Amino acid sequence: MKTLDRKLWRDLWHMKGQVFAITLVVMSGVATFIMFITTMDSLEYTRTKFYSDYNFADAFVHLKRAPESLKEKIKDIEDIRQLETRVSAYVKLDISGFNEPVNARVISLPEGSKPLLNGIHIRKGSLPNPVKDNEVVINENFAQAHNLDIGKQFAAIINGKWKKMTICGIALSPEFILLMKPEAMSPDFKRYGVLWMNRKALSEAYDMDGAFNNVVLSLQPGANLSDVLRAIDNVVGKYGGFGAYGRKDQISHRLLTEEFKQLKTSSKIFPSIFIFVSAFLLNVVMSRTINTQREQIAALKAFGYSNYDIGNHYAKLVVLIITAGLISGIAAGIWFSHLLGDIYLNVYRFPSLVYILKPWVILAAVFVSIFSALAGTMHTLWKAAKQPPAEAMRPEPPAQYKVSLIEKTGLGNKLTQPSKIILRNIERKPIRTFLSVIGIAIACGTMIASGFFKDAVDYMINIQFVLSQKEDMSVSFTDLTSRRSLYELKQMEGVHDVETFRIVPVKFINGHRSYKTVIKGMEPDSRLQFLLDKNLKKVSLPSSGLMLTDYLATILDVRPGDKLTVEVLEGSRSTREVTVAVLIKQYLGVMGYMDLTTLNRLMNTGDAVTGAYLTYDSKHQDNLFRKFINMPRVSGTVLRNNEVTNFYEIQAKGMLFFTFIATLMACFISFGVVYNNARIAFSERSRELSSLRVLGYTRGEISYILLGELALITCIAIPLGFIMGYWLCTYIAHALASDLFRVPVTISSKTFSLAALVILASASVSGMIVRHKLDHLDLVEVLKTRE
Amino acid sequence: MTENKILSKNASHTVFRVQELTKTYQMGEVQVHALRGANMELYEGEMVVLLGPSGSGKSTLLNILGGLDTATSGLVTYRNKDLTKANEQELTEYRRFHVGFVFQFYNLISSLTARENVAVVTEISKNPMSPDDALALVGLTERMEHFPAQLSGGEQQRVAIARAISKNPQVLLCDEPTGALDSETGVVVLEALERINRELGTATAIITHNVDIAGMADRVIHLSNGVITEVTINKTKKSPHELHW
Repeated sequence: MKTLDRKLWRDLWHMKGQVFAITLVVMSGVATFIMFITTMDSLEYTRTKFYSDYNFADAFVHLKRAPESLKEKIKDIEDIRQLETRVSAYVKLDISGFNEPVNARVISLPEGSKPLLNGIHIRKGSLPNPVKDNEVVINENFAQAHNLDIGKQFAAIINGKWKKMTICGIALSPEFILLMKPEAMSPDFKRYGVLWMNRKALSEAYDMDGAFNNVVLSLQPGANLSDVLRAIDNVVGKYGGFGAYGRKDQISHRLLTEEFKQLKTSSKIFPSIFIFVSAFLLNVVMSRTINTQREQIAALKAFGYSNYDIGNHYAKLVVLIITAGLISGIAAGIWFSHLLGDIYLNVYRFPSLVYILKPWVILAAVFVSIFSALAGTMHTLWKAAKQPPAEAMRPEPPAQYKVSLIEKTGLGNKLTQPSKIILRNIERKPIRTFLSVIGIAIACGTMIASGFFKDAVDYMINIQFVLSQKEDMSVSFTDLTSRRSLYELKQMEGVHDVETFRIVPVKFINGHRSYKTVIKGMEPDSRLQFLLDKNLKKVSLPSSGLMLTDYLATILDVRPGDKLTVEVLEGSRSTREVTVAVLIKQYLGVMGYMDLTTLNRLMNTGDAVTGAYLTYDSKHQDNLFRKFINMPRVSGTVLRNNEVTNFYEIQAKGMLFFTFIATLMACFISFGVVYNNARIAFSERSRELSSLRVLGYTRGEISYILLGELALITCIAIPLGFIMGYWLCTYIAHALASDLFRVPVTISSKTFSLAALVILASASVSGMIVRHKLDHLDLVEVLKTRE
Repeated sequence: MTENKILSKNASHTVFRVQELTKTYQMGEVQVHALRGANMELYEGEMVVLLGPSGSGKSTLLNILGGLDTATSGLVTYRNKDLTKANEQELTEYRRFHVGFVFQFYNLISSLTARENVAVVTEISKNPMSPDDALALVGLTERMEHFPAQLSGGEQQRVAIARAISKNPQVLLCDEPTGALDSETGVVVLEALERINRELGTATAIITHNVDIAGMADRVIHLSNGVITEVTINKTKKSPHELHW
């Protein structure tokens, strides 16, 4: 078999163009497969490990204020394993060099020791010195966003009092893997941070001496969470408890879970598409490649090689071709998942990302690729080997042709012979033509599906932050404030327009279904923020009843007209019955909306608001910020433009990278498919085309026959690819829907054009390469050799 | 054509003039001298058989005459035009308008019917005969609408001949036209060539290693080892049906 092996390497060298194209297809399929699955596995494993290494709590309790003695009472509740009381406060920070109000949540640390639950991972520095009352540990995102380091100082306004803080450590916590303000649309590491202080220092500053307002606890294995939560609520109720909740409703955990759900869905859909597409193409390409070797196979048989020897030889050829793609695909996949992991680490803070490359992932990629290639090969090989060698070596009988259907319509007389050749070739092998068309169409559809996520994000951003929000800034108040504050804001220099709103944290309950979110009360006929329906028309709020996001309505299983229980998670924690009036389709967020007056009536409060939207003259922005930092009642501000930037930079960055890679891989696949199609067609037809050259046809004229066929196939494939792309996107959009956002099925003309352009460019480049080959056909040689 | 007629031809009746033609191939590290200074002429209306064993250089000579290959040195003129100096485009035009080719393996386009295989050439020619007339000349009127797959080897070769002559070429070059056919079918093909030569007066050069076929030529050019060793003139031409091998 030595000589055959030598032939193997020479054949490979001879087919280098095709080998390269097949390598691209396999590499892209395998790389995408490995990237998605490995990233997902790594993130999940890392989160689980972080949770267990740092004792992430199972349940959380917020209350107004309770004496430390209550701790023992809570501890007596059955099934609680560990428990820790804390003091937690929302504060405003004044950071020199950053002229905007910054919010932070301060959490107490047991004096001089690490917490029992929700441990913190000190990245740099140390825990606060127990004897110093001004040392803080800050979370890493926040430190990096402001370039803060150990020893640096900033001011905190706790309970209306200024306090100078010194940074002693930078840390991470399983409680804040994804840090986001509760009501925000996207994370903002510059304007929201977490600080950890000694319990004593914080209690003194926050008037919580000998008391606590926050509890974290872990449960015994097998404990019933809802029983425990109910028992806790009973104990802490009269201390102003806001309702105990489990991990499911903890904000970082919930966001992460939702993101992971999306990632997980993507890591099922995309790798399946890519590996299936590359497998399918491999099968087609391989079977056609082997078909061009028909005569060689006969010759080898004539020399006495058995079918097994020949099968073995070609199997080796196929495996070698695939191997290049597999190796580069595995390498690229690992590299991509590291790149992607690094992007996620910027948003999700873990001590380190533990890369999990499961052997089955590689084995599956190897198996699927080799199996599909061999399946394509063996079928063709078996067909070739079945023939007696003499028959295969005789010039192949002319293929059977028919007059094409188009000619039968009467167009035939108008067509030149070369055009008839094109049509009849396409019609004679309908399956091959179909497979070529499908191959290119799938490549095109994959491009669209990969580019679609960016379109969806752009569309959501446009609806949410451009079309339905007109304010420059939103200001939130520390407490319920009278609506009259509107006039105060309006009088500030540079302010054009002000509109107030009220946010009420609630839990919606319908039977056994419940969801923790907020109700937003908005002014009727609001000018600065309004709601849009599916047709982007302004929707006015019902004068009574509740308006719900359609996605939330599905979660809660309610329809307009249904009654919904609303548990208010602030103040007196009352429970009300509210009628669902209207549903509204929204892509971002999951909440309820009410008319401001109706909401205030429901809450039994006067004309109260929690914040306001402002438009102003931008040259007064700095002044406004300065004033808001100094206004005790203002807890924070949000600039609309920042929200847009944050959405792209933080929230969607991972997915956008992920789809960028997918698009890139889809480009490679497209090129690989189109080029192979062209290259194989060239091998199959070179003899016929040379004959025409000898008969006096010019290079251009014979190119028309081959490239015309490719062009026709490409032109049929592109619209079909658009349809396939649309289907894929619809499926992906459906599968990706989550609490964070529902992806609208909107594909921009840019994405369609890009997909078409990549296919056309691939076709053009392939056409040029084939044209170059056609120009260099050895006329004499081709006539001497038989097909 | 008799011996006297041939000898009385002057330069203006010469289709091809070949002088000191050499062709050297580089086959890997070996130089192959396919032609080592060949000299010959082809006159209007005559039928010539180029006879020689394989490797004698006859195919190389035919390829150069047909504008499929270029010479290493020497001169080839077609009607006083120097083919050795022609560029790619001129050679394509030369093949398109002046030369008809018949190949050993027919080289028909399998997706086109017999008539369309002829039309593929007439469509690009300046003054062609109709495909129907060309096919009638080779006796295939009845088979015009058939695809190559529906034709026998002999019929396919006759379609190839009809295709070659349909452009009314000055010269017909045939490379082992009966090489892939049995003797009986071969005779039918040769009859078609003979009839074309006789009725249209197309100068015809046939390459063969089959000595028997030489009997139907006006002149037989013997090649051996890259040089022309002998030119014989058949005083009495045999008709194809007298040939058998």
